[in-house]
Amino acid sequence: MKDFIIPDRDMGTPAVKSDVAVNLLVDGISVSVPAGTSVMRAAAVAGISVPRLCATDHLEAFGSCRLCVVQIDGMRGLPASCTTPVAEGMVVRTQTDEVAQVRKGVMELYISDHPLDCLTCAANGDCELQDMAGAVGLREVRYEPGANHFARRDAEGPNPEYRPKDQSNPYFTFDPAKCIVCSRCVRACEEVQGTFALTIEGRGFDSRVSAGMESDSFLSSDCVSCGACVQVCPTATLIENSVIQIGTPEHIVKTTCAYCGVGCSFDAHMRGEEVVRMVPSKDGKANHGHSCVKGRFAWGYATHRERQTQPMVRERITNPWRVVTWDEALDFAATRLRQAQADFGRDSIGVITSSRCTNEETYLVQKLARAVFGNNNTDTCARVCHSPTGYGLKTTFGTSAGTHDFDSVDDTDLALVIGANPTDAHPVFGSRMRKRLREGAGLIALDPREIDLLKTPHMGESLHLPLRPGTNVAVLTALAHVIVSERLYDEAFIRSRCDWDEFLAYAEFLLDPRHAPEAVETLARVPAELIRKAARAYAAAPRASIYYGLGVTEHSQGSTTVMAIANLAMMTGNIGKPGTGVNPLRGQNNVQGSCDMGSFPHEYPGYRHVSDPETRAIYERAWGVELSPEPGLRIPNMFDEALAGRFRGLYCQGEDIVQSDPDTRHVTAALAAMDIVIVQDLFLNETSNYAHVFLPGSSFLEKDGTFTNAERRINMVRRAMTPKNGYEDWQVTQLLANRMGAAWSYTHPREIMAEIAMTTPSFAGVSYDLLEREGSVQWPCNGQAPLGTPVMHIDGFVRGKGRFVHTEYIATEERTGARFPLLLTTGRILSQYNVGAQTRRTGNSVWHPEDILEIHPSDAENRGVRDGDLVRLASRAGETTLRAHITERVAPGVVYTTFHHPTTQANVVTTDNSDWATNCPEFKVTAVQVSPSNGPSEWQEEYRHHSDLARRILPTAAE
Amino acid sequence: MSDDSKLIRMASQMAQFFASQPDRPAAEAVAAHINDSWTPRMRQAFVDQIRAGVQADPVVRDAAGFVRLPAG
Ligand code: SF4
Ligand code: SF4
Ligand code: SF4
Ligand code: FES
Repeated sequence: MKDFIIPDRDMGTPAVKSDVAVNLLVDGISVSVPAGTSVMRAAAVAGISVPRLCATDHLEAFGSCRLCVVQIDGMRGLPASCTTPVAEGMVVRTQTDEVAQVRKGVMELYISDHPLDCLTCAANGDCELQDMAGAVGLREVRYEPGANHFARRDAEGPNPEYRPKDQSNPYFTFDPAKCIVCSRCVRACEEVQGTFALTIEGRGFDSRVSAGMESDSFLSSDCVSCGACVQVCPTATLIENSVIQIGTPEHIVKTTCAYCGVGCSFDAHMRGEEVVRMVPSKDGKANHGHSCVKGRFAWGYATHRERQTQPMVRERITNPWRVVTWDEALDFAATRLRQAQADFGRDSIGVITSSRCTNEETYLVQKLARAVFGNNNTDTCARVCHSPTGYGLKTTFGTSAGTHDFDSVDDTDLALVIGANPTDAHPVFGSRMRKRLREGAGLIALDPREIDLLKTPHMGESLHLPLRPGTNVAVLTALAHVIVSERLYDEAFIRSRCDWDEFLAYAEFLLDPRHAPEAVETLARVPAELIRKAARAYAAAPRASIYYGLGVTEHSQGSTTVMAIANLAMMTGNIGKPGTGVNPLRGQNNVQGSCDMGSFPHEYPGYRHVSDPETRAIYERAWGVELSPEPGLRIPNMFDEALAGRFRGLYCQGEDIVQSDPDTRHVTAALAAMDIVIVQDLFLNETSNYAHVFLPGSSFLEKDGTFTNAERRINMVRRAMTPKNGYEDWQVTQLLANRMGAAWSYTHPREIMAEIAMTTPSFAGVSYDLLEREGSVQWPCNGQAPLGTPVMHIDGFVRGKGRFVHTEYIATEERTGARFPLLLTTGRILSQYNVGAQTRRTGNSVWHPEDILEIHPSDAENRGVRDGDLVRLASRAGETTLRAHITERVAPGVVYTTFHHPTTQANVVTTDNSDWATNCPEFKVTAVQVSPSNGPSEWQEEYRHHSDLARRILPTAAE
Repeated sequence: MSDDSKLIRMASQMAQFFASQPDRPAAEAVAAHINDSWTPRMRQAFVDQIRAGVQADPVVRDAAGFVRLPAG
């Protein structure tokens, strides 16, 4: 009977995992379901929808509305089908006279306290209350008008029970008049999101939904605007403002969020070419029906009035922009690029690919450099975040990627979270981790700042190691020291999966007293006993997992830290089984993909070195040109070479390097020294202030392609509307390449993916047909793993034996001193994304209108800084001003900020220090001084002035 | 700041890491990493500086001998 069930249909209660099958009869139809399944779900499996109001398969059954009653042979009364588990041989009747009677009565009661303005209600046609009234055959309401929650006033005056709408959230409205108090919203906020922002206040007739305290609105409460409550609300009580404005959608396009590395699947609910709402897909394998405020609501930037849709050029960056045709812009760009090569050599130009664009687009941009420019000058902004992950994990395990899928967190007994803040930067994964923590899993957080995960409501054991920025390697090595000295390692695993002698050598290295917690204590400012406790907990957990973020990679020892993490996992045998592993949490949506697609100057797609003759031969054959065997320039090298006058031209797709890269002054000087800078983006940005050609880009809603998330999952992106700029981004790259003499003729991204699969062993099995069929797959996907690989290194490491690399702590050159006594570290917050170009252009700005500097009370007091003061933040590289927030979340001696807003320009103060192996910039440690200020820094003033000038566009009529 | 002194600094960072590894001579490892990740021009400039006698860690100096130079 399963065939006609639509996958998205609400089955009433969640699926249950069990090996035991139970057989029963529902309305004469026999079904078999896993033990523990509810009668309601079993009926749904048989194709029968039992009426329900408080139940939904997003949430555990609650059993409060009594609409779902059924008759079960041998059971007394009418049990609620949502809370009654199936039993072998059960005989269920979902419709009898008695059942029908009870349901009508229940509905009548609900409807008597509900306004009957269905025709003009925003949920009209999409309201479960309406549907249920129909389903139970309600034809009349016999109650006299009386006490209710919906009438503003009655004959005697204002209704004391009436509450006005709460419209404080920019994206959804709460209209208490329509609430049936099913408490789905409260449970979604707890079970799915893990925020506990909502409660049911009062009892019986007096009960109502409330966001926190009586005085709180949704905006002032703890609500993080994830939308889970809106999604489960059966009525129009919680509803998207876009639905109120536009109406109900008429078709759905399945796609993938373009914000973070979780890679949530979404159903774009459309009316014509207009998005009505974005709803997280229940069958999305990364998000299972959940989302965060960014993907769920912050898509309005695609139609923002500042979006540029026409190509523009200018002779000099001091001139105003001139709107031109695509032909003129592309000719201008191609001519200047070729001119630069004629004057300064083949290696004088290059590209920067985007970790926001699709795999197919990235592949084409690196192909442009290698096959058309004839050099390997291609790099990606992933350089500035996760390049050490690639290097570190390839060296130790053999693959440049995380080991597990997100689902694996459900099996973990302890999560070690290092330099990551999942509830802000990877919110949907953060929610899933919180769920696991509520189920009792332990948490160890290694972070200079007290992250929100540590404040998870109803969690079990947790430890916070508030280490000093820059001491990751010292602390991780000390953890390993404890594991070895106390013999807590997994000898059997090490002997079979790694090289035992190599481990012994590492053990000897670790046992040196300089790696003992007591020696590391002063340096890292973490009590030795805490380090010991954490090491024991990690080693003792049957299944311990490691999740890490930019707080690991963005250091001068970023690559060493990644290897120290890999060592910990190997020596405790936490690899290859569910609930364990080493999992990088990637920043932008397609960081993984842009690395996979050969964006790096020394690696072809699939991480194969450019000097490898076999790989080169594959591409020479596929592309029909001779290819350079020499590594090209990394982004920081490009800037150095530009300042030396040798690097003259850059094609930069979908990235804002001026804002995202360290040492802003160095970057802008380098860009200003080039002859041709081409920026392809949705908006004029900080980088385009230094550009000669602006090529308008397309948003993720306007193109086909794929993104690869942090768990190596390749997800489809689908075109929901026509590109406002006329072309999808890959088409623009193709036009430029062809202007420069290439003869590319791709007609659809599926053809680009076919070329990727043909030339890259780990992608050999990937095709659009497969993705359409499976929804998504995780690479490696090839002959050995035709449907992809959720967990890697199960029976052995990709490189053969796992490798223990020695992890000596080497202090960063960035030291505090008399002039710069504090350490600045940087991070992100939930509502804004990266440089903020998109999120700043949405309602999300109500949560984070500016970047804030967090400072410890004692440091603030010493400097005469009060909460909310404007302060000057200075380093050896430069200075800026921003507002201070005094908090004990940061330790004394440490300050913290985000970098979402261009006026702050936090990267004016970051330095050009970088990871020894990959040149990933050291964003997480800068020596700074903080002092009271009374206005923007000189740099900010100058910058704003320049920026205003650089963004002038000549009126088209004046041409 | 745009000059090639950064190259020496980057090589020294690599030297510090590889000096702590047991498996092979640090100078060779540094050179291998440089060969893998630097352009021919950067490699040439690095070797030129070492040859010109610039101040550097002994490992960095020795590494220069193993750095692959562009032909010609
Ligand atoms: S707001 Fe919606 S989900 Fe919440 S109790 Fe009211 S009707 Fe139910
Ligand atoms: S939007 Fe999310 S966080 Fe806010 S109340 Fe609803 S479920 Fe809770
Ligand atoms: S930003 Fe990340 S967590 Fe939020 S919806 Fe998008 S992919 Fe999911
Ligand atoms: S749906 Fe079962 S009691 Fe509400």
